[in-house]
Amino acid sequence: MAEVLVYVDHVDGAVRKPTLELLTLARRIGDPVAVALGSGAQDTAAVLAEHGAVKVLTADAPEFADYLVVPKVDALQAAYDAVSPAAVLVPSSAEGKEIAARLALRIGSGIITDATDLEAGDEGPVATQSAFAASFTTKSRVSKGTPVITVKPNSAPVESAAAAGTVEALTVSFGASATGTKVVSRTPRESTGRPELTEAAIVVSGGRGVNGAENFHIIEALADSLGAAVGASRAAVDAGWYPHSNQVGQTGKSVSPQLYIANGISGAIQHRAGMQTSKTIVAVNKDAEAPIFDLVDYGIVGDLFQVVPQLTEEVTSRKG
Amino acid sequence: MSLRIVVCVKYVPDATGDRHFADDLTLDRDDVDGLLSELDEYAVEQALQIAGEADDAEITVLTVGPEDAKDALRKALSMGADKAVHVEDDDLHGSDVMGTSLVLAKAIEKTGYDLVVCGMASTDGTMGVLPALLAERLGVPQVTLLSEVSVEGGKVSGRRDGDTASEQLEASLPALVSVTDQSGEARYPSFKGIMAAKKKPVESLDLEDLGLDGDAVGLEGAWTKVDSAAQRPARTAGTIVKDEGEGGKQLAEFLVSQKFI
Ligand SMILES: Cc1cc2nc3c(=O)[nH]c(=O)nc-3n(C[C@H](O)[C@H](O)[C@H](O)COP(=O)(O)OP(=O)(O)OC[C@H]3O[C@@H](n4cnc5c(N)ncnc54)[C@H](O)[C@@H]3O)c2cc1C
Ligand SMILES: Cc1cc2nc3c(=O)[nH]c(=O)nc-3n(C[C@H](O)[C@H](O)[C@H](O)COP(=O)(O)OP(=O)(O)OC[C@H]3O[C@@H](n4cnc5c(N)ncnc54)[C@H](O)[C@@H]3O)c2cc1C
Repeated sequence: MAEVLVYVDHVDGAVRKPTLELLTLARRIGDPVAVALGSGAQDTAAVLAEHGAVKVLTADAPEFADYLVVPKVDALQAAYDAVSPAAVLVPSSAEGKEIAARLALRIGSGIITDATDLEAGDEGPVATQSAFAASFTTKSRVSKGTPVITVKPNSAPVESAAAAGTVEALTVSFGASATGTKVVSRTPRESTGRPELTEAAIVVSGGRGVNGAENFHIIEALADSLGAAVGASRAAVDAGWYPHSNQVGQTGKSVSPQLYIANGISGAIQHRAGMQTSKTIVAVNKDAEAPIFDLVDYGIVGDLFQVVPQLTEEVTSRKG
Repeated sequence: MSLRIVVCVKYVPDATGDRHFADDLTLDRDDVDGLLSELDEYAVEQALQIAGEADDAEITVLTVGPEDAKDALRKALSMGADKAVHVEDDDLHGSDVMGTSLVLAKAIEKTGYDLVVCGMASTDGTMGVLPALLAERLGVPQVTLLSEVSVEGGKVSGRRDGDTASEQLEASLPALVSVTDQSGEARYPSFKGIMAAKKKPVESLDLEDLGLDGDAVGLEGAWTKVDSAAQRPARTAGTIVKDEGEGGKQLAEFLVSQKFI
């Protein structure tokens, strides 16, 4: 069967969930060959093998951490040259998209970003994308070169499928442009202990209606009762009530959880762009006319300061 | 020495309008108003601030788009950019990101630059990859997705807030940067700015001027193909309940019925 390159997103050897989802999709097209770069690359092999990687190509060098994006493009290109795959799949993170795009250009291939599904087709893999704040669903494919496709988190189930996962060292020679952008310093984001926003099955978000950073604990308490991630609207972020890394929407994270609970959020188009594909949508808003109610499966017209703590208490007591 | 800044700005359909695909599965521009992509206003703003700090700087705004895309250039000029370049050609219709980035790269090279500034993503295609592609094509460092940017002593530096870490980046000019909407509110054009913009030069270029063949771009030259576009079915009307004191409990019942609890 044809081989499919899968770029591995990992933190010091811990593979992030979107990569495991990619392996599920890759198996629909061919045999996944995973490419893991940087510190801890070798440690990813076991979990990748459990999820269907027939081979794991690894490389580590200081360049991956010390310079932006390009060294990883050089390495992915080396993997591409070594394997001649039928397709290249990359997780749709900001960095993943940049790596994929530069690779596509180098190998003379088209690129599709932010796919939400992938199937084998007569003329190569067919990608589903959602456009215009998820009001349209398109089916596209790459018509020139080897399809390079980036896939959004939560686009496929994680499935185990034992495979060899043979580890091979990848030889990478860095080009002149690899050291163009220096990473002078790096501050890791502190973990909150809550699930990663884009990967969470449930997201509980707060907007301007939360009315102050000091009130966000109400949103966090509901999230914790449900084991959910916390999101925020741009209005809440711009007001400094919650970190930008938690923003949901066009210029924040795009989430597609099983359940999205919007509290004190009006539902502006830019917010909808980031959450409209959630499976079940629930909103609490005191304004019955708020556009968010056009999207909901279940909505409560009411004061979030009443409704949310009551819901949290119910959830806690039912779970306990 | 003068600092030549080129800002790439895109003319996009208004996101609050009813955006559609046309019969050939490209963007339908007839049914909805166009404007300067709001995220590119941040790019113009940062260019203005960088120029303000420099001894001598000139800002050119550049767009690839149809006739009406001049509106986007005018807006950027009224914010304070010095001149504009508009690449317009019938053969451009339906270009994908590879075609668009090719045309932009040629136009940037023709204009001359020390620094290229882009938005983080367009508000229609929203791919967020064009800046990286431009850097690859131009062979200059990419310093992308910055929430803070400054230029000093022939170097550009900035902060990139990523998924797992926040990074401080640095590169030598010439370079390409893209800025996020965290980089600082964009200014509104003043009346004086709007009047002044009318007198600023807008240069029009076509593919021939850039030495490009029509086959390399447009729908025909695209390396991707959209096979179908379907409007998402409207969500079936959900249950909406007014809180009479039991709203949280009712919501809990719903979550139980959906097996979330
Ligand atoms: C280029 C661009 C990009 C953008 N990107 C994003 C993005 O990524 N994400 C994003 O979210 N926005 C984004 N925006 C901003 C967006 O347009 C809206 O301004 C924003 O989403 C509004 O946030 P909000 O719903 O919290 O606030 P508002 O629109 O002010 O709504 C607050 C809601 O809270 C309700 N409320 C108030 N008090 C209570 C209470 N006690 N109980 C219950 N309900 C209450 C109100 O009825 C109201 O509906 C972007 C805008 C632009 C121009
Ligand atoms: C709904 C939709 C989906 C699409 N999907 C794909 C796809 O999967 N693959 C593909 O190859 N193409 C796709 N395209 C086409 C692609 O969006 C355009 O070719 C394009 O202009 C570049 O991508 P972007 O607008 O998403 O740019 P982004 O990468 O999101 O834009 C980043 C920045 O680049 C600059 N920029 C972008 N376009 C221009 C321009 N025309 N003039 C000046 N500056 C500009 C701006 O500074 C902007 O902020 C899609 C278009 C639409 C409308």
